[in-house]
Amino acid sequence: MNVLSVLLLVFIIGCALAVAFAKNLLTCIVVFMGQSLAMSLIWILLESPDLAITEAAVGAGIDSLLLFVTLKKIHAIDRMEGEKEHGQDPQ
Amino acid sequence: MARIRSDYGPSPRRNFLLWLRSGDECFDRALIDSVSAPAPSEAERGRSAEVRRVPRKEEKVYRKAEAWNREKGTKLTRRLYLALCVVTALAVILLLLRTAALLPPFGEASNPANNEVSRRYIEQGMEETGAVNIVAGMILDYRAFDTLGESNVLFVAACTVIILLRVAAGDRDDAARRLELETDDRMYEPKDDLILQRIAAVLVPLVWMLGLYIILNGHLSPGGGFSGGTVLGAGLILYLNAFGFAKTERFFTYRTFRVISVTALTFYAVSKSYSFFTGANHLSSVITPGTPGMLFSAGLIPYLNIAVGLVVACTVYAFYTLFRKGDV
Repeated sequence: MNVLSVLLLVFIIGCALAVAFAKNLLTCIVVFMGQSLAMSLIWILLESPDLAITEAAVGAGIDSLLLFVTLKKIHAIDRMEGEKEHGQDPQ
Repeated sequence: MARIRSDYGPSPRRNFLLWLRSGDECFDRALIDSVSAPAPSEAERGRSAEVRRVPRKEEKVYRKAEAWNREKGTKLTRRLYLALCVVTALAVILLLLRTAALLPPFGEASNPANNEVSRRYIEQGMEETGAVNIVAGMILDYRAFDTLGESNVLFVAACTVIILLRVAAGDRDDAARRLELETDDRMYEPKDDLILQRIAAVLVPLVWMLGLYIILNGHLSPGGGFSGGTVLGAGLILYLNAFGFAKTERFFTYRTFRVISVTALTFYAVSKSYSFFTGANHLSSVITPGTPGMLFSAGLIPYLNIAVGLVVACTVYAFYTLFRKGDV
């Protein structure tokens, strides 16, 4: 196991913990995108480029797009921005 | 007092019998009776002073319990809940790690996965299917029937989202909701964003080229219908975000979505239906694999890839627009 794969694995675990503990939903989705991207690099290191392409397109692309639209539909983004303006803790 | 309670008071046995007879409503009736009971006369009040002290006592206990619930109980339950969460998570983690430790080492020659099936795929896959990309040969030739099921799962998912989220242009209620959704969409969406439009003008053709390349070269290089279709759909979504619904509806409407996905799925199902008659043995068909490495080779695989890619691209785009404004 070389240094790069260890770094990527640590990054993935860090992302998973960050998603669990982050208060801001928007942050969660962006971190989730980063985790998917690191996962696709790991697939390349494991010599399965097919899975890497699918992971990058679905995990980092479409999944987070749908999550963004859902956040917008439930007006979570507007609420977070409004709370930030009033100096409250965004939740 | 004990006699009064056993006759009229809510003893557990009486409650149980009442509940058996009439379900939950007996409790509601008991509550209504207790609230709307007529005020007792002077004589009754004197007689039942002892009895009335009991409810006051009960009320005190109840108040106390409520206060405890409010002040300490919530905190306690939250702590208990957290502790249970941690314990459950640790148990699951331990179970999974134990299972992973019991697995045979990765890449060992004597692993159960290294049997004659994968050896056959690796050694004769290119010869039998004509696909240089062994994964495409597997999922679209050896296991083409499974892939048909997967495409159908995606199609059924799209149908379900349409049933749940689509607001049809039918009766008047729906028309009102449609208008509301559209104004809502217009309010929260940036229109004619110049930066986004310029970047999309550069990126969208590249993304579409990449998607088409991944689909068309599915049997030659890594990729295939599913990933290429997702890239195509993502490009379509970027185009929609930059230029708005008016531009995309010139070439992609609900009708386009319906026609493309149904045609592609039907083509897939018909072209692979002969495996019903050959006993799922796809290999002895009249379609020859051709020369491996050429664009037009590998029998039906490129065409199946195109069909799957079209279905996936349409579904991804339809998901996005349905989530956003309730229509394709």
